[in-house]
Amino acid sequence: MSEITQEKKDELKAFIAECSQKQYPDSYLIAVLHKVQGMFGYLPREVMDQVADMMQIPTAHIWGVATFYHYFNLKPIGKHTISVCLGTACYVKGAAEILDAIKRELGIQVGQTTEDMLFTLQEARCLGACGIAPVIMIDDKIYGELDAKKVIALINQYRKGVQVA
Amino acid sequence: MPKIQFKITLCDAPSCIHKHSKQIRQALDKELEKQGLKEKVSIHLSGCLGMCAKGPIMIVNPGYVMYGNLTENDVPEIVQAHLKHNKPVARLVIGEDHLYNRFFRIFGDVDFFGKQMRIALRNCGIIDPENIDDYLSLRGYEALAKALTEMTPEQVVAEIKKSGLRGRGGAGFPTGMKWEFTAKQPGPEKYVICNADEGDPGAFMDRSAIEGDPHTVIEGMIIGGYAIGASKGIIYIRAEYPLAIKRLEKAIAAARENGFLGTNILGSNFSYDIEIRLGAGAFVCGEETALIHSIEGSRGMPRPRPPFPSVSGLFGKPTLINNVETWANIPVILLDGGAWFAGIGTATSKGTKVFALAGKVRNTGLVEVPMGTTLREIVFDIGGGIPNDRKFKAIQTGGPSGGCLPEQYLDTPIDYESLAKAGSIMGSGGMIVIDEDSCMVNLARFFIEFTQDESCGKCTPCREGTKRMLEILTRITEGKGQPGDIEKLERLGTMIKKSSLCGLGQSAPNPVLSTIKNFREEYEEHIYQKKCRAGVCSSLLSYTINDNCVGCGACKRVCPVDAIEGTRKEKHRIDQNKCIKCGQCYQTCKFSAITRA
Repeated sequence: MSEITQEKKDELKAFIAECSQKQYPDSYLIAVLHKVQGMFGYLPREVMDQVADMMQIPTAHIWGVATFYHYFNLKPIGKHTISVCLGTACYVKGAAEILDAIKRELGIQVGQTTEDMLFTLQEARCLGACGIAPVIMIDDKIYGELDAKKVIALINQYRKGVQVA
Repeated sequence: MPKIQFKITLCDAPSCIHKHSKQIRQALDKELEKQGLKEKVSIHLSGCLGMCAKGPIMIVNPGYVMYGNLTENDVPEIVQAHLKHNKPVARLVIGEDHLYNRFFRIFGDVDFFGKQMRIALRNCGIIDPENIDDYLSLRGYEALAKALTEMTPEQVVAEIKKSGLRGRGGAGFPTGMKWEFTAKQPGPEKYVICNADEGDPGAFMDRSAIEGDPHTVIEGMIIGGYAIGASKGIIYIRAEYPLAIKRLEKAIAAARENGFLGTNILGSNFSYDIEIRLGAGAFVCGEETALIHSIEGSRGMPRPRPPFPSVSGLFGKPTLINNVETWANIPVILLDGGAWFAGIGTATSKGTKVFALAGKVRNTGLVEVPMGTTLREIVFDIGGGIPNDRKFKAIQTGGPSGGCLPEQYLDTPIDYESLAKAGSIMGSGGMIVIDEDSCMVNLARFFIEFTQDESCGKCTPCREGTKRMLEILTRITEGKGQPGDIEKLERLGTMIKKSSLCGLGQSAPNPVLSTIKNFREEYEEHIYQKKCRAGVCSSLLSYTINDNCVGCGACKRVCPVDAIEGTRKEKHRIDQNKCIKCGQCYQTCKFSAITRA
């Protein structure tokens, strides 16, 4: 996913060219960054330099924007991204314990990736599924009504490559 | 074509999907095929029905029979009894539910502009959000047609002013006035923005409104564009809401196809289009000037006002920004009149308000109530009270910008002024119920940690002040609180409120100040007695093993610091000097033999 190929570069180029046709092309910077992250899983430095060149926006400005927003990853991420919701409803229902359990199980802190590149751990502000709090999201699947034990079982399922419904 | 006998509505929102609503759909398709009823039953998917606690939810019409807590195994029985022999399966019907009975009694018949309580969410759960015909069949885009053919832009603004509608994003600025200011600005280039950057932790009103009924928001925005003379609308939505984005894209495309967007809308001289822009996870972008910077492709940092966006907004042009729920109210106001809308609610706050009810309450989900409803009615009548026989402790409204209100404020009627007077705010509609198992100091720390992290760093009081407050609160929850800390927090909090640039800083200390005001004794216990009455602050707890211990050794194995000793089949013991209070033994023990105090 994170490989930088000529094919992907061309795709990005076409996307930026399309944006530059519109009124106020600079305002599409965040859209371009979304596109880059969608293609590579994170924002590689090399690609950012190209974006700067193509959009004629200083790299410093682009990095200023990329680092400002939580959504953008600046390092490669693992195969699965675990987002632990720390929204109020989840927090009240014990999200901190779930986060601690995952940290212990994977041996990583928030924002880090396991050595085997299998899991990246992130905090989420609110996943909007407060009705089934506490929730975590693995990739784009939401799991709710969790506790510390259930979440470890869930991680083990992913380790085995089995995705639970 | 055979006649459709039953219409089934299945909730297709995340909570129900989590509870296997997709599998129910498959089972239903299979069973209908088997029983030969496929042609006689139509199945529709809907947005969030708001009844997440009892999901997955399915409604069978006619009759508005609502089934809940379904599993795939229930499907054959429902098909056989209800759809074949017209005998609802009583065992699966979820009956006594205030919200729903009212919702469907009112909206089930055609006379759907009666004494409704659901205005912004009027179609959520009734229509298929991905089908424009469903929306059209419930007077969709009629308000737009009325505005374009019968009203001048000035009349539209006047109608909104008459309704008394106030901004649903939190601050409660009169919507009509905002429209009037923007309309009066000269120049051909103006913008309309829908703020769907719902970042409050614990709030999902906007997401559900868009997922359940995207066309209402779009129609509201087109009317807004006509009223102020704009030709472009932008929806700024969180990237974290993929389903809402997908439905908006689909709805915008359908609106274009049907001539509600584009050039010469409905044969008039008015041309207008809508574009979606994605946020990227920054809470401060809910602030209007920060949001504008984000759409312009920069860091989302606020700037001083004036000039207000209505004068100089997006790309320096006059801009009208309203929140999702505000836009969703617009078509109704035009169709039924501002005067009618102004008849609902209290003296200063008109209409209804949507709340996302969550936390320690039986019925979590979306609630839309008329202004003036009391907090008690929401928590205990609609919400069904606190589960597990626990005691109500506080209600948190307004998210990280709001406050915690204890029991004596439960009879406060909901409107902008009453909530502010009680020490909280209306906010965008997050409502979290807190019971005695939550520690108020820790909760205040949680909110400050959030705002501290989300502070954009532009102005000093917010950037430095919230950090200092977080340090003091962390110290208190770790049992290192010092005399004078409470006073320091109060002084610092008041100062930050007075001197910050934008709404984020001006409201960030609210959770701390309101918990100090209403739960001062908990702060004092943490500082002077090193005690956490809710048993949440782990540094203030101690773990001991009681007589339930059977000596299985499970705790001994998980203890990361080898603080537990004891021989097999005999009572174990925790060495308090070694214990780091991680709580793993407590979670592991199957015999409730670990006491946490």
